[in-house]
Amino acid sequence: MRPVNEVKLAFWSRSANEAFARTAAACFAAQLDPTLDEVNDIKTAVSEAVTNAIVHAYPDTIGKVTMRLRLFEDNTVEIVVKDTGVGIPDVEKAREPLFTTGSEERSGMGFTIMESFTDAMRVRSTPGKGTAVTLRKKIARRLGGSR
Amino acid sequence: MPMTHEGEGFHLTLTVTGDVDHHGAKGLMAQIDRELEATLARDVTVDLSGVTFMDSSGIAVLLRIYRRAAEIGGTVTVQGTPVQALKVLRTAGLSKLMKIE
Repeated sequence: MRPVNEVKLAFWSRSANEAFARTAAACFAAQLDPTLDEVNDIKTAVSEAVTNAIVHAYPDTIGKVTMRLRLFEDNTVEIVVKDTGVGIPDVEKAREPLFTTGSEERSGMGFTIMESFTDAMRVRSTPGKGTAVTLRKKIARRLGGSR
Repeated sequence: MPMTHEGEGFHLTLTVTGDVDHHGAKGLMAQIDRELEATLARDVTVDLSGVTFMDSSGIAVLLRIYRRAAEIGGTVTVQGTPVQALKVLRTAGLSKLMKIE
């Protein structure tokens, strides 16, 4: 399926950018006239993906995180959060609830939330090269919309 | 992410406002630790009615409060939870450990 719109953002792996990234994703998805619950789901999933990149991808340095947002004809929004950091040695393990290699302010629930709050999640990672997390969420069509 | 507290005796109410994400979690946890140590509270109520956004960082914050309270036989009650935060906390199964309203 071909996208009908696309935006690409790049930002440093600073935690101050977590709020920017989730807000930007919510603004982009607004074109599909989502409900407040759907917007909140997108914001929450994006916050987890971007926080993972900021916390884990570049442990001792500041690196670049990119976020590509696309809309498709079937009312799906796709978000790809990508880094060129250390990568995840064992993706299956990382996806398990409560598993974390982070410090005590991490809960290990990031991937579980991303999965629960979207329709599809894919994680591709190569140790030493980086990680890409793809999230897809279909926004319900509503009658009377102006798009 | 400002936080206020009130309480007497063994009870403490922590009021958390704003966005609860990784960016603010460390500072919030340090604030909460200080309050828990200063008041020696056993039963803690966490008021989330002023929270504008919460991700899994909020789970870690509440789990920390829960562990501290559980160590001394206390309880944690979460009140005023906005819909978005409630979904996050339910996904984590936190309602098995504490009362969430």
